[in-house]
Amino acid sequence: MNTRSSKGSAKARSKAAALRPPASEPGRARYRLCLYVAGMTPRSSRAVANIKEICEEHLHGRYALEVIDIYQQPALAMDDQIIAVPTLIKRLPQPVRRLIGDLSDRERVLAGLDLEPQK
Amino acid sequence: MARQGHTVVARKVRRSVSLRKAPTGIQGLDELTGGGLPKGRPTLLCGSAGCGKTLLAMEILVRGAVDFGEPGVFMAFEENTGELTTNFASLGHDLQALVAQKKLVLDFVQIERSEIEQTGDYDLEGLFVRLGHAIDSIGAKRVVLDTIEALFSGLPNAVIARAELRRLFRWLKEKGVTAIITGERGEASLTRYGLEEYVADCVILLDHRVEGQMATRRLRIVKYRGSTHGTSEYPFLIDEGGISILPITSMGLTHEAGTERVSSGVPRLDVMMGGKGYYRGSSVQVSGTAGSGKTSLAAHFAHGATSRGERCLWFAYEESPSQIIRNMRSIGIDLAPAVRRGTLRIHAEQSSKCGLEMHLVTIHKRVRDFGPQVVVIDPVTAFAALGSEGEIKAMLTRLVDFFKVQNVTALFTSLTGGSTFVESTEVGVSSLMDSWLLLRDLQNGAERNRVLHLVKSRGMAHSNQVREFLLTDRGVELRDVYVGPSGSLLAGTARDALEALEKAQTLVRGQEAESKKRNLERKRRAMEAQVAVLQAEYDVEQAEAAKVIGQDQARAGVLAGDRVQMARQRQSDPGSAVRPRKPSRGG
Repeated sequence: MNTRSSKGSAKARSKAAALRPPASEPGRARYRLCLYVAGMTPRSSRAVANIKEICEEHLHGRYALEVIDIYQQPALAMDDQIIAVPTLIKRLPQPVRRLIGDLSDRERVLAGLDLEPQK
Repeated sequence: MARQGHTVVARKVRRSVSLRKAPTGIQGLDELTGGGLPKGRPTLLCGSAGCGKTLLAMEILVRGAVDFGEPGVFMAFEENTGELTTNFASLGHDLQALVAQKKLVLDFVQIERSEIEQTGDYDLEGLFVRLGHAIDSIGAKRVVLDTIEALFSGLPNAVIARAELRRLFRWLKEKGVTAIITGERGEASLTRYGLEEYVADCVILLDHRVEGQMATRRLRIVKYRGSTHGTSEYPFLIDEGGISILPITSMGLTHEAGTERVSSGVPRLDVMMGGKGYYRGSSVQVSGTAGSGKTSLAAHFAHGATSRGERCLWFAYEESPSQIIRNMRSIGIDLAPAVRRGTLRIHAEQSSKCGLEMHLVTIHKRVRDFGPQVVVIDPVTAFAALGSEGEIKAMLTRLVDFFKVQNVTALFTSLTGGSTFVESTEVGVSSLMDSWLLLRDLQNGAERNRVLHLVKSRGMAHSNQVREFLLTDRGVELRDVYVGPSGSLLAGTARDALEALEKAQTLVRGQEAESKKRNLERKRRAMEAQVAVLQAEYDVEQAEAAKVIGQDQARAGVLAGDRVQMARQRQSDPGSAVRPRKPSRGG
C-alpha cells in the first residue's frame, strides 16, 4: 500500500471507521496489543491504566496486552518504529494501527481499536 | 580563587573551546567554514528538494567516520536504509561496510500518519531513546537527522512537535554530538517549519536553480555563530567522487610568482619573449579571428610540454579529441603519442552542457585529479553564451587564479569577432592575462594572411615587432613582416611580390653605384696623373733651386774663411794672436 499518498487522510479514515458497522464478528476477534511507555511517568501510568480499563470493559478475555518500557528495550522500540510515547500498537486484528498519547480520549481509542462504544 | 579576575579568562577559554570545529573533509567546505562545522553543536542544512542535502549530510558523516575517527548516526525520515545504501553506493560509499565496522548506524524512522491516531497527551521520548541508543551503540560523534521535518507532517500535533524539537536540540548539545539537521526550504523562511529558530549556531543553505537552462548547485553559509566564514554563494558539484565545493580562497592574489620559463613550443616565438618563452604558472591568451591559428599555437604549446615530459590537460569545447589530433597532424604536430602515453589528456565537451560554475568546478576537479603542468582552454570564448559579461569575467578570474595557485601554465584561446578591431576580445579578460598573443588577418588583394603580435607579456622583455604567422606542414613558422613603402604591413604573396620588386630595384641601384664608382675611379686617376705632373715639375724646380743655393753657400763659406785668415795675419785680435806665437817662442 502506498502510505505516502494517504498521508493526511487519517481524520477522514477515523470518521469512516466510526460510522462503519461493526466488523463481521467483532465480538469474537482476538486482540493483540502492545503499549510502549517511557519509564513510569504519570503519563505512562495514565496510559497503562486507561488501556487496561478499556480492555477489561470491551475485550474481556480475548486480548493480550504487552507493556514495554522503551528505556529498558530500546532495540524493540527501534524495530517497532516508536517515536512518540505512549504508543499503543494494535497488531491484531488487522489492520495494524498506532494510537499515540495517553489514551485518555476514549472515543478515539475505541474508534482506533474498531470498537463500538457501549451503551 | 578570585572569581571576578578570572571571568574574562574563563570566558575566553570557554569561547575557544566552543569554537572547536569538526572538519567535514569535503573539498572547499572546510575552507569556507574555516575548519568545519561547529563541533558538538547542531548545524541546519536547508534547501529545496533535490539540491543535495541528504548527500552532503551523508558525505560529512561518512568522511567523519572514515577520515576523522568520528563514528556517525544517520537518522533518516524519508529514505529507508536500503535506499540509502543503494544511493550512496553509486557515489562510492559502502555504507553497509561502515555499519559492519561499527562506524555508522543507519536508522530509518518511519512515521505513518495514516496509522497514527492521537488519543491524548504524548511526547517524543521514543525518538530520544532511539537516537540515544544509536549514538551510544557506536560512540557516535556526529548525527544527521534527515529530515526532521517529517515529524511535523507525520505527527498530528505540531505544538508538541515544536516543543519536542526544541528539547531535542538541547539534548543533542548536551550529548556533545555534532549534529546536522536538514530542512526543506520554505517559501518565506529558510525552512518550511521554521527550524532555523531552533538551530542558531550554523545555517547552510543549498540551492539548485536554473538560469538560462543551466542548472547549478550552490551553497551559501547563511550564518555561523562565533566564526568567520565565506558569505558568497559557492557552486558545488556532485559526481562519482562525492561533493566538491569551489571557494575562491585565493582571491588575495598571494600566489608565488616564479621565474622559471616554459617554451611556447615555437622557437621563434620564444625568441620574441627574450628567447625563453612564457613564465611558468602564467596565463597566456591567444586571441584571433576564426581560422587564425589559435588552436595550432595551442597544439605547439601542448606538444612542447609533453615532449619535455610534462603533463598537459586540454579542455576542448569545440572539437572532439580525434578531430584535434587529425587537424594538428595536418600541420605536422602529432599529439596522438602523448595521448597514448597519458601525458596529454583531451577533455572535450559541449560548453552548453552545463553552467559556468559547473565548468569551473569540473576544471578544478580534473586539474586536481590529473595534476598537469600545462592546461589549454580552447576556446575560452565558448563560455561567452553561458552568462553575462560580469559572470564570465568573475568565473575566469577564479579560473586564472586557480591555475596560478596550482602553478599551472595556462593557455586560453579566445575567438574575436569578424573584422572588427580585435584587441577587444569577446570576453574581457585580457587584463587578467600575463601574456597576450594576438593573431590577425591581413587582407591584400585576394589573399588573407596571418600575422602575430605580442600585445603584452608581463615581466619580460619582449619584441614589439609584428611577425608573419605561417602554418606549414612542419607547424607554425614565424617570419619577419615586410613593411611596405607606405608603411603598411605586407604578408603572403604581396610580400613576395614586393620583395621581388625590391630585389630588382636593388639590382638597378647596384649597377648605378657600380658605374658611379668607375667614374670616380677615373676621376681619381686623372687627378693623380695631374698630381704626378705637378710633382715632377716641382721636383725639377726644387733641384734647380738646390743647385743655386749650394753654389751660393760655397761662395759665402770661402769668403768667411778668407776673412779669418786675413784677420789672423793682421793680428787684429791680441788674444787670438798669443796662441800662434807660442809655438814660435818655444821653438
